[in-house]
Amino acid sequence: MGRYLLGRLLTAIPTLLIIATLAFVLLHAAPGGPFDSDRQLVPQIQHSIEARYHLDEPVWRQFVRYLANLARGDLGPSFQYRNTSVNELIAQGLPVDAAIGLTAILFALLVGGAAGLFAATRPGSRADRAAMSLAMLGISVPVFVTAPLLMLVFAIRLHWLPAGDWVAGSWRHLLLPSLALALPYCAYIARIVRAAAIEALHQPYIRTANAKGLPAYLILCRHASRATLMPLVSFLGPALAGLLTGSIVVEQVFGLPGIGRLFVVGALNRDYTVVTGITVLYGALIIVFNLLVDLCYAWLDPRIRSRV
Amino acid sequence: MSANQPAGSLWAHSWRRLRASAGTRYAALLLGLIIAAAVTVPWLSPYDYSTPVWTQIFAAPSLHGGRLFGTDALGRDLLVRVMWGCRISLLVGIAASLVSVFIGVLWGATAGYLGGRIDGVLMRIVDVLYCVPFIPLVIVLEVLFGRNFLLVFVAIGAVSWLDIARMVRGQTLSIRAEEYVEAALALGVRTPTMIWRHVLPNLIGLVAVYATLTIPSVILFEAVLSFLGLGVHEPLASLGSLLAEGFIEMQAHPALLIFPALFLAAIILCFNQLGDALRDALDPRQELP
Repeated sequence: MGRYLLGRLLTAIPTLLIIATLAFVLLHAAPGGPFDSDRQLVPQIQHSIEARYHLDEPVWRQFVRYLANLARGDLGPSFQYRNTSVNELIAQGLPVDAAIGLTAILFALLVGGAAGLFAATRPGSRADRAAMSLAMLGISVPVFVTAPLLMLVFAIRLHWLPAGDWVAGSWRHLLLPSLALALPYCAYIARIVRAAAIEALHQPYIRTANAKGLPAYLILCRHASRATLMPLVSFLGPALAGLLTGSIVVEQVFGLPGIGRLFVVGALNRDYTVVTGITVLYGALIIVFNLLVDLCYAWLDPRIRSRV
Repeated sequence: MSANQPAGSLWAHSWRRLRASAGTRYAALLLGLIIAAAVTVPWLSPYDYSTPVWTQIFAAPSLHGGRLFGTDALGRDLLVRVMWGCRISLLVGIAASLVSVFIGVLWGATAGYLGGRIDGVLMRIVDVLYCVPFIPLVIVLEVLFGRNFLLVFVAIGAVSWLDIARMVRGQTLSIRAEEYVEAALALGVRTPTMIWRHVLPNLIGLVAVYATLTIPSVILFEAVLSFLGLGVHEPLASLGSLLAEGFIEMQAHPALLIFPALFLAAIILCFNQLGDALRDALDPRQELP
């Protein structure tokens, strides 16, 4: 187990290196620099700014310097926000995304899971078909459609909730963005749970449990739940990563100060370090989520456990 | 397969199962209507998608003068613009899906058929690419290299082939173990012929399903880019950019948001439904209803 974990973490390093290199090379290959502005700076000032951020060095030296800092967990200074490091910017933005993302995934798991189990216990019924049609609709209506519509209805017309902006710790500001983010995941989870539960309920051990005379809810909770969780877990890894990048749109719509907006603004302003830093962060989070999924897999299925 | 099913090939069965579901027929019909409208409406309409009409800004939707959807902030006919948006979105969706299916099938079939070290290397690359946060990277590309329509195609196509490659590899591995492949090997069939004659035809079903399901995800991806202001540029419109415009005006003129939203959702819904139905229909374990 320990060896397996170590191996996975070691393969993460080249992956992150590739991502960092990709982002760095792309940014430096592109025309335009972070300090090109309409207003011409005095050459000496321009030069001293570039020297301060080591932009006057050859690109390969900048790259080596960047990697060396990255290895120490330092993502460098932001070019756009003077006297602020990228680490500080991320530390400010990430809690916003984490709050929205966690609320969204909790909501999606609760509602989607319940709907999926409900449909699975009565396949082919009218309730099942209604739930699955709703789920199909939920998958097909993207976040940037639901987010403005939710805002239009609940904030602008009904005045129940604030239309965007962010106040730390206020659940009223959290509700609409996380709901918008949660809806498609809710639909996916409902479909996955339904399919997995139907499959699980056809297994011989469920028939045995039935024959023993166990009540239906106990069969569902005790015997079918583990097999139902497997496909759900394999969905959740990429889904958590998708929640992060998906929140770029939600942040844009609701005007939230998360890292997604930081990223888009940074890309527009050629803020090299911010863009590379957030890209590497996204990559690292995807790797961590995938690893967690595989660990959950091993925990759920003893057959896999014996292999790793 | 149970005895009460009529005889016929796997394809005949699949086709019958596909036609049997009402949801599929509605989805196909709706998609056909949208495509027909997207093709004909801009051509038949007296209005143009790009010329501003300053006297008719924000006309409300009405039958009068054929302004079914009203007009936008520049007095341009929203119906024509939404239809243009459908054209662009469908075009991007289908073209980019073809690119990704092409790469994905080639990659997956090669890895699965050749196996061994080549398989290991090819799949390692896919694993690494899975960890690359692509939406951010495409955003960077778009911002840095200008909004090139071709780039949108290439970027999206290059991103969405990973799932197909994995799927195809798995399927190829199981095909390789079939007896007819062994028989062909014994007859001295060479690798390219083998892949072309024996492996690819047996992949078609799976690939068709994934291609159908890739189209809506690609359309969504393009819409996200356009919504963030990085996709097609004015005066051309995609459904995503129309949504972004509608979002700005939604307080006073919700029609500008609602019509593009409806069409985008309908297109994606149809493709998802068709893909799902195709997957069910091609699954020989499913009984005829």
